[in-house]
Amino acid sequence: MDLYEYQGRDLFERHGLPVLAGGVATTPEEARAIAERLGGRVVVKAQVKVGGRGKAGGVKLAEGPDEAVARATDILGMDIKGHTVHKVMITVTADVAEEYYFSYLLDRANRTFLCIASVAGGMDIEQVAADTPDKVVKAPIDAVKGVDEAKAREIVTAAGFPAEVADQVVEIAVGLWQAFVAEDATLVEVNPLAKNGDGRMLLLDAKISLDENAAFRHPDHEALVDQAAVDPLEQAAKAKDLNYVKLDGEVGIIGNGAGLVMSTLDVVAYAGERHGNVKPANFLDIGGGASAAVMANGLEIVLSDPAVKSVFVNVFGGITACDEVANGIIQALALLEQRGEQVTKPLVVRLDGNNAEAGRAILDSANNPLVQRVDTMDGAAERAAELAAAGV
Amino acid sequence: MAIWLTKDSKVIVQGMTGSEGSKHTRRMLAAGTNVVGGVNPRKAGQKVDFDGTELPVFASVADAMAETGADVTVIFVPPQFTKAAVVEAIDAAIGLAVVITEGVPVHDTASFWAYNVAQGERTRIVGPNCPGIASPGASNAGIIPADITGSGRIGLVSKSGTLTYQMMYELRDIGFSTCVGIGGDPIIGTTHIDALAAFEADPETDAIVMIGEIGGDAEERAAEFIKANVTKPVVGYIAGFTAPPGKTMGHAGAIISGSAGTAEAKQAALEAVGVKVGKTPTETAKLMREIMSGS
Repeated sequence: MDLYEYQGRDLFERHGLPVLAGGVATTPEEARAIAERLGGRVVVKAQVKVGGRGKAGGVKLAEGPDEAVARATDILGMDIKGHTVHKVMITVTADVAEEYYFSYLLDRANRTFLCIASVAGGMDIEQVAADTPDKVVKAPIDAVKGVDEAKAREIVTAAGFPAEVADQVVEIAVGLWQAFVAEDATLVEVNPLAKNGDGRMLLLDAKISLDENAAFRHPDHEALVDQAAVDPLEQAAKAKDLNYVKLDGEVGIIGNGAGLVMSTLDVVAYAGERHGNVKPANFLDIGGGASAAVMANGLEIVLSDPAVKSVFVNVFGGITACDEVANGIIQALALLEQRGEQVTKPLVVRLDGNNAEAGRAILDSANNPLVQRVDTMDGAAERAAELAAAGV
Repeated sequence: MAIWLTKDSKVIVQGMTGSEGSKHTRRMLAAGTNVVGGVNPRKAGQKVDFDGTELPVFASVADAMAETGADVTVIFVPPQFTKAAVVEAIDAAIGLAVVITEGVPVHDTASFWAYNVAQGERTRIVGPNCPGIASPGASNAGIIPADITGSGRIGLVSKSGTLTYQMMYELRDIGFSTCVGIGGDPIIGTTHIDALAAFEADPETDAIVMIGEIGGDAEERAAEFIKANVTKPVVGYIAGFTAPPGKTMGHAGAIISGSAGTAEAKQAALEAVGVKVGKTPTETAKLMREIMSGS
């Protein structure tokens, strides 16, 4: 889960790291209240999870509360690269003398964590690394030993931070690591880490990603999810514990196992090239050992997407038994009918593996005109794409 | 021979008395796996009956190894306790630990992996979030269904469980030496490269299927490894060509970040080193079939 800048600022503040005083507003009046509390000149910043907001006019200075209201009015509702601005962060201003870069992140390739530090901050770090690799330090962090003062000083020295800020940066590096671990983050990036005119260091931006697998030990992280930005179908699916991602196409997809479902999307997209360019409408993994009830929930979500013209149920029964899946499909269709929902979209079903014969027999004897059985994955994808193209 | 898991492997189960653990212990036994016991400190000394096979419960991995000579552990404990379970296995220096559990925080995996490295990597860790290892006809450590295929001379390494099953099914008439599900998490204990190296050295494996998916650069690094080290034929399959950037597709590690981790880049890297990559699982199986029939 990626956080907004204001959520990152709050998180840093909670962990005792030096940030600018500020708050977040969803209306111009809230912006006024924050500006009044802060006093003096403030910055109004659009909160979007996309870069380049400054150039798009999403960051403005304001001299006092009245101007803060005017700037917030301008920025709220603005569209920045397809993202609508629903919130602005208001902070006091900084008197920036120097800009540096500091981050911790997951290093998948080396199966550990990495610290990236540079005295060339405020710019795109990948660009800095490409143009002037000697100005960027990449230090692997041992996940067991972590970052203590000695390790932090090693990084700060290697990156060439000036002597007058070195002690402060060491302290920030240790504190930032503690926050990274305590919050189960996979990325904390501070760009810029700034030296203020008075020589104090400040974390002026925050880019943070949190590990959703660690949610069980962070009940507070749930509140950081921006419900308004989540697709309503994704929200409904999550409430039913389904692994669903909304996509842009017309063929609804239900399968078991993340890899097989990803593969199903691809195979449907290839088939779509021959049938009106239809595409997969979603990713939905009903998981291993899925019951009839889970299948019913999945079908309900997929069929409630108005863009869906046909549905492809692709199951390889490993632990999942195909007769369970077949019963689930029949029961789900009956259930939806009972709820008064008219199901008119055709379902193409491919069952293989554990109890496939029994599953196929159940579908055949149910003889539901909406359900078509195709025995191969590629053949079924072809049929589902064809039906979607005909239904568009 | 197969790799890592043979008919001589003695398997214990951490979490054997839990619902998933007991269900799959029963299945592993039915597949002919030599399961010799389980670990649960609160139930140490008890015996659990699996359709007539009585398995002892030990207080620790070390105890189980001392009593039974176990050299493989399969871990089914919930995510909250997975790190402690793996650390216990590492401390006991067991040869192979297969971590089935899904949903392990990546800080926990990074931590037990660093610990394993510090101990000299005495333990091969497979997973987490994986279906395990099956050497058809010999032994089965994990949740891969044992009845899909028999033994043969193809080696399979895959990030995905159901795609593993699909591929085993497609090539069931030829059969497999060993199938390794390495898991879909961002950090895993055994990589494509580890499995490729083992299959290359295994006299009972003639050719290798490698299944990857979006996220990270493990497939690109595997391609470099193949170029320098693998003489046996390899065919590949990559899932996730239609996945949108920035969205996690089921597996915690399956996410395209910016321009990194795309299926296109992985396919290109594999093809550049002479690996044939199928567009679909069925086409991939067909490529392997051609290799095995010598055409």
